[in-house]
Amino acid sequence: MPIEGPLAPSPVQPAPTVGAGPDIGAPTTLFEKIWRRHAILERDGQTLLWIDRHFAHEGSFHAFDKLRAGGRPVFAPEQTFGVADHYVPTRDRDLPIPNPEIANMVDLLSRNTGEAGIRLFGLDSPDQGIVHVIGPELGLTQPGLTIVCGDSHTSTHGAFGALAFGIGASEVAHVLATQCLWQRRPKTLRVTVDGRLHRGVSAKDVILAVIARIGANGGAGHVIEYSGPAIRSLSMEGRMTLCNMSIEAGARAGMVAPDETTSAWLQGRDFAPTGDLWPMALADWATLRSDPGAVFDREVRLDAAGIAPMVTWGTSPEDAAPIDGAVPDPASFADAGKRGQAERSLAYMGLAPGQPLTGVGIDRVFIGSCTNSRIEDLRAAAAVLKGRTSRVPGIVSPGSARVKRQAEAEGLDRVFTAAGLEWRDAGCSMCVGMNGDLVPPGERCASTSNRNFPGRQGPGARTHLMSPAMVAAAAVTGRLTDVRTLTVED
Amino acid sequence: MQPFTVLTAVAAPLEMANVDTDQIIPARFLKKPRASGYDNYLFHDLRFDPDGRENPDFILNRPPFRTARILVTGPNFGGGSSREGAVYALVDAGIRAVVAASFGDIFFGNALKNGLLPIVVPAEIATALRAALVAEPGLELTVDLERQVLRGANREVLFSIDPFRRECLLKGIDEIDLTLQYRERIAAFRDAHWTARPWLRTSANP
Repeated sequence: MPIEGPLAPSPVQPAPTVGAGPDIGAPTTLFEKIWRRHAILERDGQTLLWIDRHFAHEGSFHAFDKLRAGGRPVFAPEQTFGVADHYVPTRDRDLPIPNPEIANMVDLLSRNTGEAGIRLFGLDSPDQGIVHVIGPELGLTQPGLTIVCGDSHTSTHGAFGALAFGIGASEVAHVLATQCLWQRRPKTLRVTVDGRLHRGVSAKDVILAVIARIGANGGAGHVIEYSGPAIRSLSMEGRMTLCNMSIEAGARAGMVAPDETTSAWLQGRDFAPTGDLWPMALADWATLRSDPGAVFDREVRLDAAGIAPMVTWGTSPEDAAPIDGAVPDPASFADAGKRGQAERSLAYMGLAPGQPLTGVGIDRVFIGSCTNSRIEDLRAAAAVLKGRTSRVPGIVSPGSARVKRQAEAEGLDRVFTAAGLEWRDAGCSMCVGMNGDLVPPGERCASTSNRNFPGRQGPGARTHLMSPAMVAAAAVTGRLTDVRTLTVED
Repeated sequence: MQPFTVLTAVAAPLEMANVDTDQIIPARFLKKPRASGYDNYLFHDLRFDPDGRENPDFILNRPPFRTARILVTGPNFGGGSSREGAVYALVDAGIRAVVAASFGDIFFGNALKNGLLPIVVPAEIATALRAALVAEPGLELTVDLERQVLRGANREVLFSIDPFRRECLLKGIDEIDLTLQYRERIAAFRDAHWTARPWLRTSANP
């Protein structure tokens, strides 16, 4: 039965953006252009947005349960793609999953997607992998799209100039039932990184520097657009790392305007436009950039030359510092709340105020996650590990089955195993530990993942976030180490 | 959804900033069915020691706060993972409102869709409220969503919730029902969208 609302729906401003022509009127941000294209109607300050792509992982069972309870069908099953990643084992895939609750999560996704007619990239698929790795890899992620998934790191897909953000289970159910979402228009924040990055400094260091600057909640309520020469020079892998951790700065979405790097990366991928559609898409994508003079609600500028390899020392991603720095003294924080937080962080992490970051001993390494598990990440880690031995145990989990095959073709797997690390299958793995890949209590892990929250990698686990090259350097010395002090072949 | 109108209840001061959703519900509990009672997992690793014994220092384990239905906490509550289980854990434990200077965006949205009211107040007010709740354990606060006011501890604090969300909460409206009223407009939009950009139709792809 229809529900009468307090106000009649009002049509949105007609958007002059259909087709490949330039926008008419006031200078507009990239975000605004994508928003307008997807706005169906407005009501009481909320916009009903059309969603082009939806990815569903094992955690979607709550949403499917909700649909079943309401007796509702899936509105557009061909716009949703199922991906098994959060609970999948990263070894012994030829054997049944030993933990019945974990096995059930993987089975539930197969059942739910199967019943709804949703295409699944499941455990047995040659294209399986982490959703934020395979979406782009398959060409499902494209410029100008709205993309959602019940995972906060959906911001990753913004690297292609898409508006991509994480949603909760209720919103997953809403997208399944309607292919739309009610959203309040977010504000815009432009992060400009000028200049050139030093050798040994990667996209991971840039985003950790950004989060340290604006804080773990600094981007809340905003969509971030990353721009400037240092961003332009990043590969697609680097841009994905950057946009991935926008949520660690509190921003639900991060984006980079598409350019030749983007289209070159996408061309020929499974779901990328082909034939006559390819030049049409290219012409459209060329309009997807913030116009000169477009106004952002906030602006932040960083100088690439001032960014060093970063590591985190605390239990929030904002607790990041250059590797040549020291653990801060909680007493140095003026704000009482921050002081208390720093004290708790240091107690949890087992670190002392003023302790140099270089030299902190580690027990284990993890190379993987939707942040840093792509081929370029594995190459960067392997370049440091080549001909060397890891002093600590650790696992390397490539982001997808395709990345795994590519790495094996390049011989990277042999570099990792020769160094003493385990070469695993693709999944979320030790970033979140849902599949049982856990850091034991009290152990210190140098990790390429995205969150250093207490207990994130396992109860009592101590996480230091850093780039793949920095994790490799820590493996080689058994301590947090400035990768720039090691000889690395290009 | 359970409607939210006026709530008067004991409020607990949670003196922590950046309480991420991994703290609210650790990942290992997310495979549990909702019917198992997500209150069992709320703040699990803060409430219990590794042997499963209650931590007597944790605020929600202390007598006047065990029945708290309102939390007053530090900034950036609910940042991190999008897991709606964090909201289920609070709701199943009887918490219907969280007061803080700021929230994680995704948590904020998830809360509103489950009848949990996230109330943004200036940081100094959140701090003063927590101090009052520490000074007088068991103090009750009143949340009036219709008037968008938080009362108690000798204060009246106005807050703001999007009209759309407020309407849904007050009436307990199911958002999917509401959206499906526009089914025809959605379908018309989709057709025009796909005509303008024919490569968006994934069914045309492999």
